[in-house]
Amino acid sequence: MTLATSPSFSPARIGAMVMRHWYVLRSSWPRLLELVYWPAVQMLTWGFLQVYVGQASGRVALAAGTFLGAVLLWDILFRGGLGFSISFLEEMWARNVGNLMMSPLRPAEFIASLAIMSVIRLVIGVVPVTLIAWPLFGFNLWSMGLPLAAFFANLILTSWALSLMVSGLILRNGLGAEGLAWTLMFILMPLCAVYYPVSIMPEWLQWAAWTMPPTYVFEGMRALLLDHQFRGDLMLISFVLNLLLFAVAVVVYLYLLERSRVAGSLLGSGE
Amino acid sequence: MHAPPPAIEVENLVKVYRRTTAVDGINLSIASGSVVGLLGGNGAGKTTTISSIMGLLRPTSGSVRVLGADMMRDRYRVLHRMNFESPYVDLPGRLTVRQNLLVFARLYGVPDIVARIATLADELDLLDFIDQPFGRLSAGQKTRVSLAKALINDPEVLLLDEPTASLDPDTADWVRARIARHREEKGATILLASHNMNEVERLCDRVIFMRKGKIVADATPHQLLERYGRDTLEEVFLDVARGRAKAAALAETL
Repeated sequence: MTLATSPSFSPARIGAMVMRHWYVLRSSWPRLLELVYWPAVQMLTWGFLQVYVGQASGRVALAAGTFLGAVLLWDILFRGGLGFSISFLEEMWARNVGNLMMSPLRPAEFIASLAIMSVIRLVIGVVPVTLIAWPLFGFNLWSMGLPLAAFFANLILTSWALSLMVSGLILRNGLGAEGLAWTLMFILMPLCAVYYPVSIMPEWLQWAAWTMPPTYVFEGMRALLLDHQFRGDLMLISFVLNLLLFAVAVVVYLYLLERSRVAGSLLGSGE
Repeated sequence: MHAPPPAIEVENLVKVYRRTTAVDGINLSIASGSVVGLLGGNGAGKTTTISSIMGLLRPTSGSVRVLGADMMRDRYRVLHRMNFESPYVDLPGRLTVRQNLLVFARLYGVPDIVARIATLADELDLLDFIDQPFGRLSAGQKTRVSLAKALINDPEVLLLDEPTASLDPDTADWVRARIARHREEKGATILLASHNMNEVERLCDRVIFMRKGKIVADATPHQLLERYGRDTLEEVFLDVARGRAKAAALAETL
């Protein structure tokens, strides 16, 4: 009955892993609710703040919805990363890593399944919130059209790359490193100019901001909302930086996987 | 006529964790279709050896080949033909038994998944709880499910690390019977680490004793009883674990 060969890349194995995580998601309504809960809370808080500050100051920037746009795009970055890391953590919490590493599942397939799950979690969590923001604050994220696809692609790539490195660290160091999955993305927040333009940052910090792929996305969003101009150049730079970052993340993950093999932490992975 | 190549070949395997030598230069060759027991006290190096054979652990030096594939470089060539069960891993607790088996059947590329799960559920008596979450099962039920996962791809090489630990005698007997049947039907090679000497006597053609990372005895159960002048393997185990090897046995081993 055993197959003579095993394909080096199998969509069926990726599908099996997606199915495994989908079973977990659908088995628990609190998990599904939690996916929507925090993005909704954040959107409401920032949405009302934007309305209040906009009325008080009459600033055009606020009226154009840059706050809400930033909140929703930040959620793509943050929730995308979290969706990836949590699916990985599910394997650690279940002590299932050894089973997977001993199965024909390849690292590339495992990574692909985590990426797909991050998109599924993101869609469940963020899409309803964008639809609430439309009638409530008159901000329609979807009206950005094709540029939104470019923003999304770049942000999700960054989130996958960072989460892949975090997953490698958790694999190597056990659940003691779990906190990184929840907090790493926040390091980016002040540097990526999520809610303000790079130009207001101290000059010495601006160079650091421009090394980060999401910075170009948030600047591009402001250009679109305030100047009604799609900055393809910014998206291209972001994409190139993301490709580099993702390549580095894959190398780091594979290195940490190998170190886990040397240390013997693949069996009995945990704290 | 050539003899079939060994299913598992380990050469000069050494594993050092910082300053502790867990496995100290062992060599072993396991013939295709045989059931071999790997015995030894806690810390003897059994789990390290099995983990290295699975390719989950990178040895400090030496080589491991399974079904002809170098497990350090080429393990994906044969992983779909192997499987394992270990107390160090678990299955996702929120998934039902059926969902777990479905996922692993797809990962292993099992052709007729529904029929395979039905067969295993029947053979291992899983039907009463097949739609219950794995995390809510008793220890005995979990062990049967883990064995079903280990057999899902009808493996040619099966690695079992204490498959009946913490099971009641009835369930343990069930598990042993199923392991024996898998060997008979499939002609599978089985490497079994165990502390249960009855299990080893019942299932194994050959027994390898490890102590402090080295192989200190390697023979059939009958030969070991003769060599150590004992009536049971348990007594032999105590002799080996406590370093009380009889001079004759020691001389023979050396």
